[in-house]
Amino acid sequence: MKEPQGTSGLILNEPLLWEKGKKGRCGFSMPRRDVVPSPLDEGLTGDGPDFPDLSEVDVVRHYTRLSQWNFGVDTGMYPLGSCTMKYNPKINEREASLPGFAGAHPLLPPDLSQGALELMYRLEQYLAEITGMDAVTLQPAAGAHGELTGMLLIHAYHKSRGSHRLKIIVPDTAHGTNPASAALCGFHPVAVKSGEDGIIPAEAITAIMDEDTAGIMITNPNTLGLFEENIREIAEVVHSKGGLVYGDGANMNAVMGIVQMGKIGFDVMHLNLHKTFSTPHGGGGPGSGPVCVKDILEPFLPVPRVIKKGDEYLLSGDFPESIGKLQAFYGNFGVMIKACSYIMSMGSEGLKRASQLAVLNANYIKEHLKDSLYLPYDRACMHECVFSDRLQEAEKITTLDMAKRLMDYGFHPPTIYFPLVVHGAMMIEPTETESKEDIDRFIEALKSIVAEAGKDPDLLRRAPTRPKVRRLDETAAARKPRLTG
Amino acid sequence: MRYLPHTEEDVSSMLRAVGAKDINDLFSMIPGNCKIENNLKLPEGLTEWELNTLMDSLSKNMAVSPAYKIFMGAGSYNHYIPESVSYLLGRSEFSTAYTPYQPEISQGTLQAIYEYQTLVTRLLGMEVANASMYDGASALAEALLMAIRVTKRKKVAISKLIHPYYRDTVRTYLEPGNYEIVELPRLEDGKTDISGVAGMDDLAAVAIQSPNFFGCIEDLRSTGEVAHKSGALFVLSFTEPMAYGLFKNPGCQGADIVCGEGQSLGIPQSFGGPGLGMFACRMKHVRNMPGRLVGKTTDMDGKPGFVLTLATREQHIRREKAKSNICTNNSLCALASAMYMASLGGTGIRELACLNYDKAEYLKRGLKEAGFYIPFSSPTFNEFVVNFGENFKDTYKKLMEQRIIAGVSLATWYPELSGHYLLCVTETMGREDMDTLIKEVRS
Repeated sequence: MKEPQGTSGLILNEPLLWEKGKKGRCGFSMPRRDVVPSPLDEGLTGDGPDFPDLSEVDVVRHYTRLSQWNFGVDTGMYPLGSCTMKYNPKINEREASLPGFAGAHPLLPPDLSQGALELMYRLEQYLAEITGMDAVTLQPAAGAHGELTGMLLIHAYHKSRGSHRLKIIVPDTAHGTNPASAALCGFHPVAVKSGEDGIIPAEAITAIMDEDTAGIMITNPNTLGLFEENIREIAEVVHSKGGLVYGDGANMNAVMGIVQMGKIGFDVMHLNLHKTFSTPHGGGGPGSGPVCVKDILEPFLPVPRVIKKGDEYLLSGDFPESIGKLQAFYGNFGVMIKACSYIMSMGSEGLKRASQLAVLNANYIKEHLKDSLYLPYDRACMHECVFSDRLQEAEKITTLDMAKRLMDYGFHPPTIYFPLVVHGAMMIEPTETESKEDIDRFIEALKSIVAEAGKDPDLLRRAPTRPKVRRLDETAAARKPRLTG
Repeated sequence: MRYLPHTEEDVSSMLRAVGAKDINDLFSMIPGNCKIENNLKLPEGLTEWELNTLMDSLSKNMAVSPAYKIFMGAGSYNHYIPESVSYLLGRSEFSTAYTPYQPEISQGTLQAIYEYQTLVTRLLGMEVANASMYDGASALAEALLMAIRVTKRKKVAISKLIHPYYRDTVRTYLEPGNYEIVELPRLEDGKTDISGVAGMDDLAAVAIQSPNFFGCIEDLRSTGEVAHKSGALFVLSFTEPMAYGLFKNPGCQGADIVCGEGQSLGIPQSFGGPGLGMFACRMKHVRNMPGRLVGKTTDMDGKPGFVLTLATREQHIRREKAKSNICTNNSLCALASAMYMASLGGTGIRELACLNYDKAEYLKRGLKEAGFYIPFSSPTFNEFVVNFGENFKDTYKKLMEQRIIAGVSLATWYPELSGHYLLCVTETMGREDMDTLIKEVRS
């Protein structure tokens, strides 16, 4: 085996924050006191929170050390399926931290906030073009928030037509958050099985779509990394019964500049700016989940909306049929700046190229690994491919074992045990920003792990050994939760 | 394109490996009638240099401090952010990681969020806090849905002095479930009138905000008592967590769920987002709580470590029976606030909160002396309402031209309070700036 990239490196121990410091220290430059103290009813005041007192150096070392225990896209390849962990361009961080943007109060009058409004207006237009939709709201804060928005729009649409529909179709290849988002709107999710080829047959929808069903939530490309080839027929069936088609755009990175979802039957879809449009995921957010709609749903979009009157941009709340607000202000503006910067840097050709290379990278991995790992759907994939641990069952080696061993090789593991339709799934999404050399190294690593599974399976069961900690006892954590220190 | 590493040679050898004749061949499974024929109508890609020029010009078309003296709060606060916090937050090991599903190589995020959860419980006096929600408004909506789950009741009472945008968000979230929302009126002193609660049945929650939208400190203990008497949970919302550096925390006054906006704690205002939804509750309700939780455990060698835990509440396990659909939250903002709280420390946050209070009192006093009426007698933190009178609009505009934003007009949300403005003063506002405002409104 070649020397792998995964090494233990310089990993220093670091205690918990409150195990450090000394009363009376402060890591903050306290402003000069230029006013006198004012009296205050002592019955109202408390003792103040029991925070540790730390110096600036204490704080800087603490978080610097912690950061070194983390793996990010900047550390190495992060092929987490359905999460699109592409490179996060550094220039976008600069734009988002420009004082005029970062320091802007959300209630500034429009004539003092034209820059932000123009940026939002532009981004809406770009996203409408990319998806082939008519109108966009940037308000949802993340993908699941976008799904909720989409469901609320569908709910409001049916309600406005005097119909009260209770069900929504959710295929087994749809994104994981879909059923919960539908349930929040009072819809009862109706499961539908994908066919043997991994895609939904139109007949399956015909069989269950009725006038009590609000619509369908469909992820395209789906979570098997396959394009829903019957999408046009499915949309026709749903529309013919008065339903609407919701698209989960988590996998949009496969088809930018190739498919416009609005042109193939989608009525509403969300995008994840923190996936497709390169904004960093932040260890779990903030994201941004804009929702794009066809004109039939436009009246229901959240308020306020950015509108243009002559040369001036305004925020308007004058949409009487709107579903209202999804959060206090206009969405995660800081994230929007980064996504807008990305789109403007890439341009039309760059985006299309990104999708092409994302699909090329995934297919390349699929071809090279399909003899080592079981490939349940052996057909051309889009931006991700799904394997399973079926071939390793004899050695009693699981997907989890292989995933953990990948860490020792210096890679972040793929998404595991999802989608649920594949038992022991391992879902690999390389994205377009990984080079051929890095992908070759990843393929080598997985092949080597598969070989280890045959020769020395315990090596995998004990993995990982190189990171700061080894496998953690999650059962104990859930049984006796210790959530604060 | 500099983000795309493939050379032409790479592409052709990879295409050969997958048996495709050209790159379009990879998309042959997409039916022809699903593909677009023309290129997307987007501007041509910009160079880094061109992008900077464009963004610089957009960002300059904004009114921000210090060029402008902005006396606006109302849910978004201008607090000084230490350079060390911004610098540390830029560590891309934190920012370019995904949700910590693989704990062995995410201990940095996990320990930091565990510390965040702990600091939040200490600030709010609660027993458990989650890893964050989107913002204060959606956190309140989720808190009310949680109270509905816990009590199995369908009605909530919310104060009219909760931020109007938070109430709008609550209406959006609660609409499809046909839950009833009752608004609690306000008293003359700027607090919520909770006297009606006793007569309401089937109540899942009583929600107030403190400091409330008028900046007034509410009577938490009495609100908790009436809520509990009617079998409802007491939900406390906030937009300015800095207040709890000085005032009694909600936990010691009977709150069951405390949720609000954490933007004040080291997060840029950024035109309203991303912010930080803070969310805490009693331990007995933890299994009904939305959002992610980090817990402490040990590894195979007995070494301490951290993992995401109690995931059986969450959407990816429980599907449609999940407690919430939240998945991605605002983790990096939670990290920023933890860094900020750590930088201030217990001593520092107390001092800074006092300074906020004293500065706001200075302006309040000055305006009073200048002859303006302060309509609400309740104590406030760093925001308060002043009656500038019906004809103030022109002065407001004139001040704007002098780069002074004299607060937020309340008339939009409270028509009966036309001429009333909500003013905010934080530690970033100098005495001279306040003197200028007083002088200008007097004239």
